[in-house]
Amino acid sequence: MSNSIWVFAEAKEGKIKKVALEMISEAKKMAEKLGGDVSAVLMGQNVEPLAEQLGHYGANKVYLADHEVLKDYTTDAYSKVLTELIKENEPSIVLYGATILGKDLSPRVAARLEAGLATDCTGVGLDDGKLTVTRPMFAGKAYTDISFSGSKTNMASVRPNALPVTPPDESKKPEIIKVDVNINPDDIRTTIQEFVKTAGERADLTEAEIIVSGGRGMKGPENFQMLEELADVLGATVGASRAAVDAGWKAVSDQVGQTGKVVSPNLYIACGISGAIQHLAGMSTSKFIVAINKDSDAPIFQKADYGIVDDLFKVIPVLTEEFKKLKADS
Amino acid sequence: MNSVVCVKQVPDTESVIKIKPDGSGIITDDLKFVMNPYDEYGVEEALKLKEKFGGSATILCMGPSRVVETIRTGLAMGVDKAVQLDDPAFEGGDAFATAKALAEALKGLEYDVIFCGKQAVDDDLSQVGQILAELLGLPHVSLIQKLQVADDKKSAVVDRQVEGGIEVLKVLLPAVLTTQKGLNEPRYASLPGIMKAKKKPLDVKDLAALGLNADSVGCNGSKTMITKYTAPPERAAGKIIEGEGPQETAPKLVQLLREEAKVI
Ligand SMILES: Cc1cc2nc3c(=O)[nH]c(=O)nc-3n(C[C@H](O)[C@H](O)[C@H](O)COP(=O)(O)OP(=O)(O)OC[C@H]3O[C@@H](n4cnc5c(N)ncnc54)[C@H](O)[C@@H]3O)c2cc1C
Ligand SMILES: Nc1ncnc2c1ncn2[C@@H]1O[C@H](COP(=O)(O)O)[C@@H](O)[C@H]1O
Repeated sequence: MSNSIWVFAEAKEGKIKKVALEMISEAKKMAEKLGGDVSAVLMGQNVEPLAEQLGHYGANKVYLADHEVLKDYTTDAYSKVLTELIKENEPSIVLYGATILGKDLSPRVAARLEAGLATDCTGVGLDDGKLTVTRPMFAGKAYTDISFSGSKTNMASVRPNALPVTPPDESKKPEIIKVDVNINPDDIRTTIQEFVKTAGERADLTEAEIIVSGGRGMKGPENFQMLEELADVLGATVGASRAAVDAGWKAVSDQVGQTGKVVSPNLYIACGISGAIQHLAGMSTSKFIVAINKDSDAPIFQKADYGIVDDLFKVIPVLTEEFKKLKADS
Repeated sequence: MNSVVCVKQVPDTESVIKIKPDGSGIITDDLKFVMNPYDEYGVEEALKLKEKFGGSATILCMGPSRVVETIRTGLAMGVDKAVQLDDPAFEGGDAFATAKALAEALKGLEYDVIFCGKQAVDDDLSQVGQILAELLGLPHVSLIQKLQVADDKKSAVVDRQVEGGIEVLKVLLPAVLTTQKGLNEPRYASLPGIMKAKKKPLDVKDLAALGLNADSVGCNGSKTMITKYTAPPERAAGKIIEGEGPQETAPKLVQLLREEAKVI
């Protein structure tokens, strides 16, 4: 067993996900305490150019599995390659981003290795040289500390935006280790038939740094255009309450809350959302919350850092203009 | 076409979660328990498959005697039969230990499809379905929003929600599918359904009946342990921005976000 901390570095459309850089930054600090090193695992097709960047953030080594069979994610191919790699090298810790891919892959790998896995962690640390994590339960209504036992390798998936990124050092080059990919077609029991693009270039809600969300107070689907405009100015992603989703104004994948997506952006702007317990559960770990609601008694104001009690249809256009001015000045 | 739906009983999402003063757990006394919302989609989909292809729908639920009420809800919706795994040895298990027991029970059941929720809204693990598939040597697809089973029942095409779009996948059956909102609209139990549910078979199995060792399930079989529960960090009371209409309040808000919060 090695004192090595591994980070699964998810890449999408030619870019390393920010959560991977967040984890590498943290892993580097942990490795210093542990007297070990940090390795990143990079999988895909033609992803080699991305390897170097991982070194800038603190990866000493990059295991590079570059193969056409890994071009698109399939559970079977990715878990086979990663499991074999972990078996061979026995890192003490493996971290994944708690993304759709990370949450699909990590339990499968953990089960194959009979390793412990904690999902969607908001903090990772060491206790006596062993991994410990903090993770929310009940969509954030409670937090738990977790320790691991009984396996060589302990694993966690880490929520995007939960850990800080340290500034890159471009003089640091990682050692690149090319991985042999031995997958035969029978190993893969799913085939991708089609990909239907539904969203634009915006970040997924779970990874967004700014979210502008609308609820029943938006009154209808057409009014979400107003939020889109605000989001454009801020580089934000648009979310919705369940009431707005159930009314058919927004897609299911836009729902924030206990039975939607649990989000932790730096800034969450809730427009015409009352703040029901299931909604609050999904967004109260946001760093800053702004609420715009005409009802001063709306529970959302108890969680909001800043509130405006007013008609959102009057406030949002002015707010969008103000942000525009600010962006133009800076 | 036979389906097994793994159903977990969880506190109602309305619940306020209170933590024991010593941080060893949550206070369950006045919690209302319901079927995990995602598992309702699994039940509905299993019923649809049964309506289309014939065959059976079975609920598999691990938990103490209180879970019988949730199982009955599923039976009242139209599920044919249920297996409950109940033994003190199963308690306190993490995803691995839970899946271990469920997998063992599944070995005695017939299935073409196994449904799990994308996550249980109490522990929020999003792991059991994937681990179960691994333990049973099956493929899985997570987060499905649409399911079309081929006429020969040997494969299915599913829509899967991923970042930025919908992935359409073909998967070989049997498989584990984890359900996401949007898959269907779960039906309500009808009154005759509720009456019938009382007579439907419920097979309760303990550790011995599964033939498992006590070390492989529950707390003992877990690879992760919760050492402490804490309340979420309190959010300090916020500021209501005063002013005469948006012309005053909006600029103030922008300034606060810029200078105080430093998020813009
Ligand atoms: C099992 C279960 C799971 C659930 N999961 C979720 C979940 O994941 N996410 C979620 O969001 N909900 C969830 N809910 C639903 C939740 O209980 C609430 O019903 C929902 O969040 C309400 O959405 P809302 O705030 O948009 O609507 P409402 O509660 O109707 O609030 C609308 C708000 O808009 C304000 N408003 C109206 N007009 C204006 C205007 N012109 N200007 C300014 N403000 C205005 C009103 O004052 C009001 O506060 C769940 C419920 C259940 C039972
Ligand atoms: N005790 C249990 N009994 C039956 N099914 C369960 C149990 N725990 C989890 N599951 C299934 O696994 C899914 C995901 O749970 P989790 O991994 O805990 O988030 C749930 O939606 C259920 O379908």
